[in-house]
Amino acid sequence: MPETPEMTLNAALFEWLLRMGDNTLILGHRVSEWCGHAPVLEEDIALANTALDLIGQTQLWLGLAGEVEGKGRSADNLAYLRDASAFRNVLLVERPNGDFGQTLMRQFLFDAWHLDMLKALRQSTDGRVADIAEKAQKEVAYHLERSADLVIRLGDGSQESHRRLQAALDDHWSYTGELFVGDEADEQVAKAGIAPAAETLQGSWSNTVGEVLQAATLTAPESSFSHKGGKRGIHTEHLGYILADMQFLQRAYPGATW
Amino acid sequence: MYAQLVKSDGMKSREEMSPQERAFQDRIDRGEKIEPKEWMPEGYRKTLIRQIGQHAHSEIVGQLPEGNWITRAPTLERTAILLAKVQDEAGHGLYLYCAAETLGVSRDELMEKLHSGQMKYSSIFNYPTLTWADIGAVGWLVDGAAIMNQVPLQRTSFGPYSRAMIRICKEESFHQRQGYDIMMKMAQGTSEQKAMAQDALNRFWYPSLMMFGPSDKESVHSAQSMAWKIKINTNDELRQKFVDQTVPQAEYLGLSIPDDTLNWNEEKGGYDFAEPDWSEFFEVLKGNGPCNKERLGARVKAWEDGAWFRDGLMAHAEKRAAARQAAE
Repeated sequence: MPETPEMTLNAALFEWLLRMGDNTLILGHRVSEWCGHAPVLEEDIALANTALDLIGQTQLWLGLAGEVEGKGRSADNLAYLRDASAFRNVLLVERPNGDFGQTLMRQFLFDAWHLDMLKALRQSTDGRVADIAEKAQKEVAYHLERSADLVIRLGDGSQESHRRLQAALDDHWSYTGELFVGDEADEQVAKAGIAPAAETLQGSWSNTVGEVLQAATLTAPESSFSHKGGKRGIHTEHLGYILADMQFLQRAYPGATW
Repeated sequence: MYAQLVKSDGMKSREEMSPQERAFQDRIDRGEKIEPKEWMPEGYRKTLIRQIGQHAHSEIVGQLPEGNWITRAPTLERTAILLAKVQDEAGHGLYLYCAAETLGVSRDELMEKLHSGQMKYSSIFNYPTLTWADIGAVGWLVDGAAIMNQVPLQRTSFGPYSRAMIRICKEESFHQRQGYDIMMKMAQGTSEQKAMAQDALNRFWYPSLMMFGPSDKESVHSAQSMAWKIKINTNDELRQKFVDQTVPQAEYLGLSIPDDTLNWNEEKGGYDFAEPDWSEFFEVLKGNGPCNKERLGARVKAWEDGAWFRDGLMAHAEKRAAARQAAE
């Protein structure tokens, strides 16, 4: 028997909110791993700032997800008490930090998508979504400005920095396609005018990324192959370790308040 | 403190001073600020470079013990607060390196000296953070001790250092409050959390007392630094103040200070307390603390691994400059 349209939309919205919140949570976690280890002090500050923004956005997205779900789960419950298969982030954000070039390229490829997504969400028919997007968009505009600038400077820098950035781009490229592949949940949410359809963001992402890579003297790989799975809970091996780290206290001392 | 055992080149009497040195001392005695381009004795400059440099190094090495728990912080809010705090510390490092640069030493030179072991950072950061309660203890005790030292340094004679301290102190008091707030939650929490909080206090108490450095009543270096208003109080004065402030806070938390001899002394209006084990302090300074190798190793690795990044940015800047020149 088909579900009622309202139910489906609510479930789809919950699913979609988890994707937004899990992307920022997992990327924020990865970026925070750099703390104290960046190549210069200014980068330590910038990375902590980026991670802080992303964790703040996570609180908003997962908070709203819990509200929409209506089972009394808080943002913290969702972050710390779900196992990997219930996480909905794209695979790109859970990729290991690698060298600073890999971290930077991952950030840039994500930021370029993130900013377009948030800009579009300001027109969401759901006021709660539009409010979060309005706030997050200001932060993410800065993330993209910074990551694009560094990609250009390092891509068109020394031979070694160019080599590392090109290697990072080659590594991450096949993880970007997942951002633009919609499924039923995305379609439901798009039909209700809550969020843009996943595919619609690809054109402007390609333009942004293309311009920056050109200025950076970097070349995007030809392959259009794309790893997928994160959005439906099939992750890389890396996510389990992230969660083992992140959820340790909540799992080891259930019910404690911190 | 964040700058421990800073050496200066001995102290001159008024008669031994040149007229220029005497005029300089008079300015300090009148409470005037010394600015970077003004004349200063070479010893003043050197001592300040050592002190500010050590302070800056402490801020950046200090990111590591707390960074150790950022990915394991128990809630999103705690993660955000800890990130903000560690980011502040990197920012403090930045102001302080800038203050040192005004004295004619580059940040890179100071980094080299840190990495080669010629310059030190505070002994406290060579202790491990083993549980989440340690993050509370670091904020409460370590930042608490830092504030004790830094509040008077807002009045230090060197303008850039004094101004850096004013900014830093505002943020440090937020850091201490967040640490105390973590301890409060733990002390009021489950029996396991309470045990963690007590254990953290047990391990961090004496290392925190060591942060002020050994007694310097007789030290010529301290006497000179105090005459120059680079140092405002003796180590013992600050340690006493810290103990007097912290004991009631521990009582409020329901935790015990790990010192059986601790006792209120009515006559002096402060607590009597046990000295830390100074042989341990000197071992830690020599490199034999529990985490010296990891802490310095992490900084050296970050610097070496980041060489290509810094070189890449320089190469890009040079290309841009060359392109601009060609266009002109």
